[in-house]
Amino acid sequence: MELLQRFAAGDLDAFESLFGQHQRDVYRWIVRIVRDPAAAEDLTVETFWRMHKGHAGFHPEANFAAWLRRIATNVALDHLRRRRPYVELPDEIAAEQKPDSAVQEQTRVALRKAFAELPPRLRVVAQLGLVEDETYPEIAEALGISAGAAKTRMFRAVRLLRKKLQRLGVHS
Amino acid sequence: MREPEKEGMKEAAKNSTERSEFFDIRDKLRDALPPVEQLENGAELRRDLWPDMLRRLEHSPVRVPWFDWALLAISGAAAIFFPALIPALVYHL
Repeated sequence: MELLQRFAAGDLDAFESLFGQHQRDVYRWIVRIVRDPAAAEDLTVETFWRMHKGHAGFHPEANFAAWLRRIATNVALDHLRRRRPYVELPDEIAAEQKPDSAVQEQTRVALRKAFAELPPRLRVVAQLGLVEDETYPEIAEALGISAGAAKTRMFRAVRLLRKKLQRLGVHS
Repeated sequence: MREPEKEGMKEAAKNSTERSEFFDIRDKLRDALPPVEQLENGAELRRDLWPDMLRRLEHSPVRVPWFDWALLAISGAAAIFFPALIPALVYHL
């Protein structure tokens, strides 16, 4: 029997094989959204836990990678919603310090703050599109929305960021 | 210049302003938050997570579906209000 069919039937060995094959991709996707390696590890396990629980609802003919990525995106979004509106990024993944003027550093800090305050559903689109350079169709597929909706969210995120920056005294 | 042409130019200017603001924000954002792959050890998983997954599977609480609880409640109520049904219930267990 095919691996995906065995997984859909609840076979734990098939689940373990899929875990081994996909854990790195899932982690890489989640860490790009949450930007916190320790949290990304926990969220990767949470993703596979939800995948395991949902095995009966998976159709072996469907696109497994896309299904898994959507679960991972939802898990990451739930994490962003639970987290406080503004938290400093962990040291190991915060932006590298560059020997720049104090003004530029101030702009960076303001931007990180403004970005962390975006509503999670806009933030995830901005993170993937603006920072990680993902395409609209890829973002849309991961979120289970249309490419048009992803584009709309992106422009709302940019507009909101601009407003927040102006409020913080940074002119874009 | 005719009115529709004026409108078209206004629209194009607005789009071009929006586009330049979009790229400006994007560049500033990338400066403040570089893509994870550019950061040391940021994007790669550093250990196998299967042991964590196994722990999660072992410690997961067993969930009883709501209809099982409903069936239990109905059986309990039947036993209290109609004790004569107990032998029949026991027979079907």
